[in-house]
Amino acid sequence: MDYFAQQLINGLVLGSIYGLIAIGYTMVYGIVGMINFAHGDVFMIGGFIALITFLLLISTGLTAIPVILLIVLLVSMAITALYGWTIERIAYRPLRHSFRLAPMLSAIGMSFVLTNYSQVAQGARVKPIPPVITGGYTLHESADGFVIQLSNIQIIVVITTIVLLAIFTWLVSRTRLGRDMRACEQDQTMAALLGVDVDRTISMTFVIGAALAAVAGLMYLLYYGLVDFFMGFVAGIKAFTAAVLGGIGSLPGAMLGGLAIGLIETFWSAYFSVEYKDVAAFSILIVVLIFMPTGLLGRPEVEKV
Amino acid sequence: MTVISPETASASRSAGIPALLKTAFVNALIALVLFSLMVGIRTEAGSDGQLTYWTRFGDVAALVAAVFGGSIVIELLRQWIGPAGTEKLIPPAVQTGMSFVGRYLAPALLIFTLLVPVIFYDQRYILDLAILVLTYVMLGWGLNVVVGLAGLLDLGYVAFYAVGAYSYALLATNFGWSFWVCLPLAGILAAFWGVLLGFPVLRLRGDYLAIVTLAFGEIIRLVIINWQDLTGGPNGVSGIPRPSFFGIPLDNSDSGLAARLGIEYSPTHRIVFLFYLILALALLTNWVTIRLRRLPIGRAWEALREDEVACRALGINTTTTKLTAFATGAMFGGFAGAFFATRQGFISPESFTFQESALVLAIVVLGGMGSQLGVALAALAMIGGFELFRSLETYRMLVFGMAMVLIMIWRPRGLIGHRAPTVYLTKAHAISSDLVKEGHG
Repeated sequence: MDYFAQQLINGLVLGSIYGLIAIGYTMVYGIVGMINFAHGDVFMIGGFIALITFLLLISTGLTAIPVILLIVLLVSMAITALYGWTIERIAYRPLRHSFRLAPMLSAIGMSFVLTNYSQVAQGARVKPIPPVITGGYTLHESADGFVIQLSNIQIIVVITTIVLLAIFTWLVSRTRLGRDMRACEQDQTMAALLGVDVDRTISMTFVIGAALAAVAGLMYLLYYGLVDFFMGFVAGIKAFTAAVLGGIGSLPGAMLGGLAIGLIETFWSAYFSVEYKDVAAFSILIVVLIFMPTGLLGRPEVEKV
Repeated sequence: MTVISPETASASRSAGIPALLKTAFVNALIALVLFSLMVGIRTEAGSDGQLTYWTRFGDVAALVAAVFGGSIVIELLRQWIGPAGTEKLIPPAVQTGMSFVGRYLAPALLIFTLLVPVIFYDQRYILDLAILVLTYVMLGWGLNVVVGLAGLLDLGYVAFYAVGAYSYALLATNFGWSFWVCLPLAGILAAFWGVLLGFPVLRLRGDYLAIVTLAFGEIIRLVIINWQDLTGGPNGVSGIPRPSFFGIPLDNSDSGLAARLGIEYSPTHRIVFLFYLILALALLTNWVTIRLRRLPIGRAWEALREDEVACRALGINTTTTKLTAFATGAMFGGFAGAFFATRQGFISPESFTFQESALVLAIVVLGGMGSQLGVALAALAMIGGFELFRSLETYRMLVFGMAMVLIMIWRPRGLIGHRAPTVYLTKAHAISSDLVKEGHG
């Protein structure tokens, strides 16, 4: 039981990170209708920028960890958001009205560009950092000595995710931008006729998605203590799986899917085998899609002739 | 953040030098922010695990200057060429030209390909490259059945390639079965997996299908890596037998083909044999596809690509139609995989990553989705281009990715992006594929 509780905590933390990335996929899919394959690599870039900013701040002699983390968070969100904006501008906007496969291939190309760009710019070796946030709480200690640990970093990851989700939900449901986004999701032409700047809205979608991915990158860096140029691919596929599992286009679905994938992965490695954890996650995706072809919270697609 | 809206972009077309400089300046500023940390600061883990960094501001300055100059050049080019117009109906002159090229280019290419081993007999490098290109031509034609004809988005095609390769490798190393027995088996096994994957896929549409095939490709790769007893895991399978000329080995022994024919043995014989083998396999793929397109099932595939709802209304069984497309494509992938295994003599999971799937898909889309000649040309351009940049090493994939993006922007419909009907009453009217509105398959 204790072991189960510990894995539950670990799974929820991992799931939060996946969920943050998955929101970027699902938002872009909802509005533009394309799979932004480069999004996993945007997450990776976010991790790298967080690492570099962190290193620079440490070398200036700043010691207050909360201040450092806040600056790192803001800088990596800002620069990664600019990456997201630039990617949309260069690779996707010219293909907006092209046929279905074109933007997706462009995205796959962009993903190769970003992966290899960071490999060329930062080298192929894994970049570790020493643990920044240490300590934690012992929740429960059983008779046979097994301890349920809740570390501070886990708390920070979960709280950050919840706060971001709250801000994001407010943004989508209460602001002008959110209304524009929902309008573009339903009907771009009609939205444009009613005075919504479609281009700007789509750009902002990419900016927000990239900023959330940057937060996920920072969380990943703090939680696992390392970044490397290839981490975007696997994390990206998992997050996309999460988005599809939750029903692509649905924001709560993305978070739910992220948590589901995180839990499946953690429990599978805890009780069955670590090697097959990804196989388990992907198999469950396929099984879920067989029985619920639009994911957990997705709306059924209406066919119009 | 400065957002360049289309209005200012179009204004700069007429406004001249100041606006041009302003755009370039803004772009350079964006580039400065983008590159400042990623390029300007180089991090590296020291021997004690401590991260160190050093600055490279010179590189950032060079990149920013390049972006500044590049955006001026692009803006000037845009003003000079003017807005790109899209031609919907292909003009008759172009159409006759295209049919002329189509009529003579393909046979010319085929004759040239047949003569490659004769012309380049002494150049092992070119022969190896030609075999590689033909392997990708075959993979491209195989995937073309799924993506180009049936319009199903398959991101895990490399899984069938892997199934074919491992089928041959394991059957040959464990049971000593010959290549010619294993080749059909590899195809059948891959097709079987295609059907197996096809079942859940049938109810899914568009992008769900893409992610399921992608997941399937990853599952196959992960199982190969982790099932060490059977597949050797990351170490792969080595010592895969070379193909024989229908039972006669191509080696230096007394019973070898060279000795039987009474000619001097040369290792090039085997390369030439492999070349003609993959050429034959690729041509088989092409021939089968062309024939299938004229059969009801092939027409059903193409109809499915254009409009699935209409297909169902016309009584086409979309389930079996999709399944046959998947299985046919998978079978050719399996053949290519078996060939790959026998050619390399060694296979490992590293050869079957998502990058391979993406490369084959890029070949199909660049080739113009459904055009056999286009796919062959695209494979030649892609793999040839890949080889040209081999000396650049890490920059190679960077250049490849950029090329993919640029090609998509330049020609989203691929090199040969027109649709010619397979059946017609009196005269075939080719149309630009921009006119075709594909349903979500």
